Amino acid sequence: MIEAEPSSLALFWASVIAVAIMIYVILDGFDLGIGVLFGVAENTERRDAMVGTIAPFWDGNETWLIVIAASLFGAFPTAYAVFLPAFYIPVLLLLFGLIFRGVAFEFRYRGSRKFWDRAFFVGSTVAAFVQGTAVGAMIRGIPVAEGQYDGGPFIWLAPLPVLCGIGLVLGYALLGASWVVMKSEGELREWARERIPWLAIAVLAVLVLAFVAALVFRRAIGTDLADRPWGLVFPGLGLLAMAGVFLGVRGRHDSMPFLMTVVFFIAAFLTLAVLFWPYMIPYAITVGNAAAPERTLSFLFWGAGLFVLPVIVIYTAVVYWVFRGKLHRS
Amino acid sequence: MELDPVFLSRLQFAFVISFHIIFPSFTIGLAAWLATIEGVRLTTGKEIYRRVFDFWLRIFALSFAMGVVTGIVMAFQFGTNWSGLSERTGSIQGPLLGYETFTAFMLEATFFGVMLLGRDRVPPWFYFFSCCMVSLGTMFSSFWILCNNSWMQVPLGHAIVNGKIVPDDWWAITTGPIVRVRWPHMLLAAFLTTGMSVIATGAWHMLRGHHLPEARVMLHWGLGVVAVLIPVQMVFGHFNGEYVLNHQPAKFAAIEARWHTQQPATEVFLAIPDPWAKRNLFPILEVPKLGSFIASGDWTAKEIGLEAFPERDQPPVIIPFFAFRGMVGMGLIMIAISWIGLLLVWRGRLESARWFLWVAFLSFPTGFVAVLCGWFTAEVGRQPWVVYGILRTEDAITPSLSGGEALFSLLAYVAVYAVIYSLGLNYIYRLLRAGPASEPESVSQLQPGRPLAVALRGRPR
Repeated sequence: MIEAEPSSLALFWASVIAVAIMIYVILDGFDLGIGVLFGVAENTERRDAMVGTIAPFWDGNETWLIVIAASLFGAFPTAYAVFLPAFYIPVLLLLFGLIFRGVAFEFRYRGSRKFWDRAFFVGSTVAAFVQGTAVGAMIRGIPVAEGQYDGGPFIWLAPLPVLCGIGLVLGYALLGASWVVMKSEGELREWARERIPWLAIAVLAVLVLAFVAALVFRRAIGTDLADRPWGLVFPGLGLLAMAGVFLGVRGRHDSMPFLMTVVFFIAAFLTLAVLFWPYMIPYAITVGNAAAPERTLSFLFWGAGLFVLPVIVIYTAVVYWVFRGKLHRS
Repeated sequence: MELDPVFLSRLQFAFVISFHIIFPSFTIGLAAWLATIEGVRLTTGKEIYRRVFDFWLRIFALSFAMGVVTGIVMAFQFGTNWSGLSERTGSIQGPLLGYETFTAFMLEATFFGVMLLGRDRVPPWFYFFSCCMVSLGTMFSSFWILCNNSWMQVPLGHAIVNGKIVPDDWWAITTGPIVRVRWPHMLLAAFLTTGMSVIATGAWHMLRGHHLPEARVMLHWGLGVVAVLIPVQMVFGHFNGEYVLNHQPAKFAAIEARWHTQQPATEVFLAIPDPWAKRNLFPILEVPKLGSFIASGDWTAKEIGLEAFPERDQPPVIIPFFAFRGMVGMGLIMIAISWIGLLLVWRGRLESARWFLWVAFLSFPTGFVAVLCGWFTAEVGRQPWVVYGILRTEDAITPSLSGGEALFSLLAYVAVYAVIYSLGLNYIYRLLRAGPASEPESVSQLQPGRPLAVALRGRPR
């Protein structure tokens, strides 16, 4: 395939999608992470308090997933047409996971609390896990032939994707625990703080394993961090951020662990971006080749790009501003 | 048995879209209804409209939430099961469907929040303005869907470059002659759906002797709106028939179960089409020459039958034939109920005519059935094409999709929707049954949160 140079509009939409993914991972990451932590939060009061810290945000956070899907279909239909078939079952599980945790969120106050709390935990964990497996499968590379996905239904269950899935479940739990520390006080805050170092160590351990697995299992020869030595800045930044998480816990800072975990996620995301660029579907379809014609990109730009996206950003910012500070007081 | 991924994917799409469209068609009408009675309340100052408003606002919030949940699933269907379609037509369909999503979320993020939570925090005129904006927004949202689907029915404004179908003239795609008749047809269908639901709810409460003043408002307004809109809908239905005849003659022949070209053509009102023998069994009412008149306005015109098309280009007959008749039949029921009802209102005998209230109550699904039947006619009648004349459905499928995967996802959707639907419908039913509060109660006194939270926490008494 001839590599097409992406136009500036294509770059604009690629950046929109990249930023939307980043925002989604951080925002839905912490509330999915709290769902994951439900699995180890033993008592109901603790769960209620944890839910209280995400109640105003969680479904707004999921809006960003829709922004990603809509922008991808509109601006990069070729990538959309490969990505979704490649992850047919994970996408199904993601949707069901998100639906069930959304319903559980409302129904845990009526009906069987035990059942819906379990649904919240399972739904969140499944959603986090399949997102991680997709990242792992992308690192390995997606088989593509004639512009369509050309692999089996289970590329996401190979060792590297499964490791990445576990890693993301743990990573989201880390985001969730540090969010709880930032947004709560008293017993709950102490409980969450105690979990942060263990989660951080587990994330690092899985990442090391995944790194080794990536070296062993990478399918195609794409770009390498070795070709772009400056890209090593980002893994370095990630390690520093992890150190910051530990320091934040030791110094009993309330917001530092969360902020440092966010920096860690940004660093991990940028590492992947350096690894994948210029591919949108690694290592088969580039941003330039996936882009829709200019007529489509500008049609999207003048309405959605200039008008809708700013509104969604402002709305998100307002919600977080209105509900700033501690949401759970002992 | 060999599992056919194309058939299973079609079944899955039909399943998820049918269970989705029910909610948007209801909420488009509800948003307009809410804006209307809020306007009436502002001008008359009567508190009763406030109670009716608050009652329907909760139903609206929950229906909107159900529409969003089932709609998110739709955003992924085109990619997971129809990647052949999305790869080739994505640069046209992607932005149209994307704009629909964006419109819906813009709404949810802005005026919808004011409508649900801002009653006591904004001036009355701004509250009314927000209701109008939500109503406009839901209509605008449906506009994108109808643009997209009209383009699939009669593609125009596109070019074919390297096997991909790309936009050439957005103006033609978004304001073409087909969307100009199909969008109003859908909007009117949504208004009628809600109108019949409002009538049925009013009749229900009147039969039970509860909330009589509110029930009266619902009955009078609902009957009036339906009685006025249904003739307009018939006119737009006729326009839709014209576009089908001119642009999709095979679909027209399938709707009429006209197997052979006839001059003059017979109209078959009811029969059982036999696709194997290519004839109609047990015709109940056949009128010679009327078929020509209905299609062409000329008693002797020649009307082409399905035999004029190659076998592989013929749509199925049974579903379009019966679905079309189902839609028209529902329309006739709506005419009868709304006009008889108005007559009873005029004579002052509506509330004592319990037989009528029972009929009106039982007619609540008519709008929903009509919407589903109309869409079945349009979509099944378009087969074997997904984009008429350009792309066949069998070529639109995801090439890597196996029959096993398709079966798995179909069964999973059925199972998950069974749970979601029973929870959601049960709640809507309880809200409807509880009826309007006797004391005006602001929804904003309920817990803060977003739509689902508000709807669910407004617990029925």
